[in-house]
Amino acid sequence: MPYDSIVCVKQVPDTANITAEAMKEDGTVNRGALPTVFNPEDLHALEAALALRDEYGGTVTVLSMGPPKAGDVLRDSLFRGADRAILLTDRRAAASDTLATSYILAQAIKTIGRYDLVFCGRQAIDGDTAQVGPQCAEKLGIPQITYLQEVIGVHDRSIRVRRNIGRGWEIVDGRLPLLITVLDSANRPRPQGARRVMRMKRAKVPAEVAAEVKAAMPNATDEQRAAETDRRVAALRQSGLLIEQWDLDRIGADLQRCGLAGSPTKVHRIQAIVLTKEGYTEIAPTEAGVGQMIHELVVDRTWG
Amino acid sequence: MANYFLDNDDIQFLFKHIDLGELARLQEDGFVHANGDPNGYAPHDAADAVDNYRRVLEIIGEVAGDVVAPNAEQVDRDGNTHNSDEGTVTLHPLVQENLKRLTQADMMGFTLPRRYGGLNCPCLVYTMATEMISRADTSLMNMFGLQGIAETIYAFANDEIKDEVLPKFARGEVTGAMVLTEPDAGSDLQAVRLRAFQDEQGNWYLNGVKRFITNGCGEILLVLARSEPEIADGRGLSLFLAERSERVKVRHLESKLGIHGSPTCELVFDNTPCRLIGERQRGLITYVMALMNGARVGIAAQSLGVAEAAYRLARTYARTRQQFGGPIERLPAVAEMVTDMKIDIEVGRALCYETARVCDLENNNLRILEMQSRGQGSLDKDEEKRRKQLSRSLKRMNGMLTPMSKYYCSEMCNRVAYDAIQVLGGSGYIKDYAAERHARDARITTIYEGTSQLQVVAAVRGVASGSLDAWAGEHEKRVYGDPLLDGLKQKLIEARQQINEAVQFVKSKGPSQLDLFGRKLVDSALTVIMGHLLLGQGAVDERKKRVARRFIERDLAALRMNCERIHAADTAPLDEYALLAGPVPVAN
Repeated sequence: MPYDSIVCVKQVPDTANITAEAMKEDGTVNRGALPTVFNPEDLHALEAALALRDEYGGTVTVLSMGPPKAGDVLRDSLFRGADRAILLTDRRAAASDTLATSYILAQAIKTIGRYDLVFCGRQAIDGDTAQVGPQCAEKLGIPQITYLQEVIGVHDRSIRVRRNIGRGWEIVDGRLPLLITVLDSANRPRPQGARRVMRMKRAKVPAEVAAEVKAAMPNATDEQRAAETDRRVAALRQSGLLIEQWDLDRIGADLQRCGLAGSPTKVHRIQAIVLTKEGYTEIAPTEAGVGQMIHELVVDRTWG
Repeated sequence: MANYFLDNDDIQFLFKHIDLGELARLQEDGFVHANGDPNGYAPHDAADAVDNYRRVLEIIGEVAGDVVAPNAEQVDRDGNTHNSDEGTVTLHPLVQENLKRLTQADMMGFTLPRRYGGLNCPCLVYTMATEMISRADTSLMNMFGLQGIAETIYAFANDEIKDEVLPKFARGEVTGAMVLTEPDAGSDLQAVRLRAFQDEQGNWYLNGVKRFITNGCGEILLVLARSEPEIADGRGLSLFLAERSERVKVRHLESKLGIHGSPTCELVFDNTPCRLIGERQRGLITYVMALMNGARVGIAAQSLGVAEAAYRLARTYARTRQQFGGPIERLPAVAEMVTDMKIDIEVGRALCYETARVCDLENNNLRILEMQSRGQGSLDKDEEKRRKQLSRSLKRMNGMLTPMSKYYCSEMCNRVAYDAIQVLGGSGYIKDYAAERHARDARITTIYEGTSQLQVVAAVRGVASGSLDAWAGEHEKRVYGDPLLDGLKQKLIEARQQINEAVQFVKSKGPSQLDLFGRKLVDSALTVIMGHLLLGQGAVDERKKRVARRFIERDLAALRMNCERIHAADTAPLDEYALLAGPVPVAN
């Protein structure tokens, strides 16, 4: 029996390749100076959805909230096999914390309508909160299973998965529809498919088209640019290469729950933790010495 | 996160340096397919096509670096499994994983036309991809690199077979094998004995044994068999397509020195049903020759890949290993080894890619002429005549360049892989490092798809009959406007004259002399050809200019020695064979 999945993905600064310009003087992230990447665990969420589709049939829709540049991760998703891609972009959504973001994503998911499963990466590497997936499930009023290690099987309206609970495994059954957050150990994301890349490399969201037109027609009036944008968007739609673009109105969002207004999170303090080495302990190279060391590491919670 | 395309400066340099846009225009018939393309991925123009090629190489570079390379050591240790009761082979789980990833990336119909689900990439781009896969795991190249089988089916089989089989290749559902060699027919394929016979309804069947069949456990077998028992030579052989079934068994899986991930099978055909490819009697003389030519470029690329892998190990070790108070790369002997390795890889790559480029020119020209002969072309009489002439000259050129590439690159990768062990010293000899694996994997390249000695026999004909002159003549006309490059070019012009004098001398001594001195002539011709290729690269890149200088000065010295030895006309290996070789050892 086929299942329809929605995958929430995020474009994030590439924190694995930090440069000196990564932080502004006020200590906030200088997003402009950082290369962006597909949030790693979201790629694993996409793979889980694609693998499920390979086995049972159905569709995979990828949803991302972000600036027009997030078109990159949606194209990447299409290249890897997603059937449909939606960018939720709206200036009024800027500065959303996890509460507002999960509200907006939940509204978008409701707007998509029919679905059996929602997949999210466990967490994003820029915030490391791991809150957005679970909060989405709450707002959608559906069950959630976090830390997916493996989908064991889906039968009718029931799914059985193995979750990673740190010191062991848990096998859980859930009723569909349901939301799952996926760990990077769950699978290995598939590569982009070359045929799909050749076919869909020109896919764009309307906001990207507008930016492209602006760059190409620096001296044109706003009306001329709008007309040219419409023309190009229509051509993309015609050839099936338009990535859908939604705003907050499209998903019927309550603006009080979006952006800064909908974000109660206040940053209290930022603490820069620099790990330093303080002295050293000598361990005797004996059974007893090593046993003592392990004991101390367990007691101070360095290990275990 | 390794990407074997993005981390390789030289491949990227050549990707820009070689006019891929021109190749794309040929390959895509001037981009007429973009309009109303039912597959939706035909390129619109040269820039679009080259962008596609770059993206394809980035994808396969990632698969090679991230998936295939980390699996290589385990695959080498375990190998594949022979199920002797069923007569089948189970591929190593990691080999299966590698193939699955390549399939997901749409890489198994690399050069096939789009209507079969292929990428329609030129041979040159495929050659680059082959090199990267081989660098990651030389043995996997034998499965990725067998796409020539699909190409052969495409070129010579009827539409029914093509429509049935080719989409399966592109979807990665099947892999193929070239089933040629037999216990008594190795280099001499004319001696093939495996029988093909027809029943009363005209259905074909195969009976007999094949040996040393790479991926013989694959699903689609292209089998060279004797369909005309009354004709003893190559004209009695036809090519057949047999599918994996109960009627063909893997009797034995070879235990080899290297490329452990590549299953080398002994096959027993027992009244195996099969279908004729193309026409009877053309199996060896037309189809297998075409198949082998493509496969030889593939082995050259495989050789480049393993050489690159070995070199990178050596280069890193030479920098990080401290002896006598500094990195060992400061020792003159090590510095010379390392730079020689690098230069030899770069000239080999230049030659191999040039060969692939000429193959693309030839293949596309043939395709256009074939369309014309089927009444679908639009050539006028003069153009058709010009293209037929071009076909002949390109065929001659490839007849020289292809065996040269296979010969040079395979010999080169053995040198490089051995020297890599030498640079690593004791560490290179133990299994903690991949150096010994690279050396074992490299060893087969001078043997299969025609030994180096046979490549020399084929290449020397081109050197002695004008192909070298035709190729080099074009390059000698170039003016670089740079004293160093123009000076080097002058030396190459003089070198070609020396080669021609040597050729005349050898010819005057009789035909067996050409075989005896063939290797020296081919080595000399290689210096000239690769020298010119490096001059072209040096014209746009300062570092390459230094590479060109070092290579040409270094190898012209060897060329002079070779020519001197030819003129010495020492035929002792023939005249005094029994004396010099001594008695045949008596078995104890």
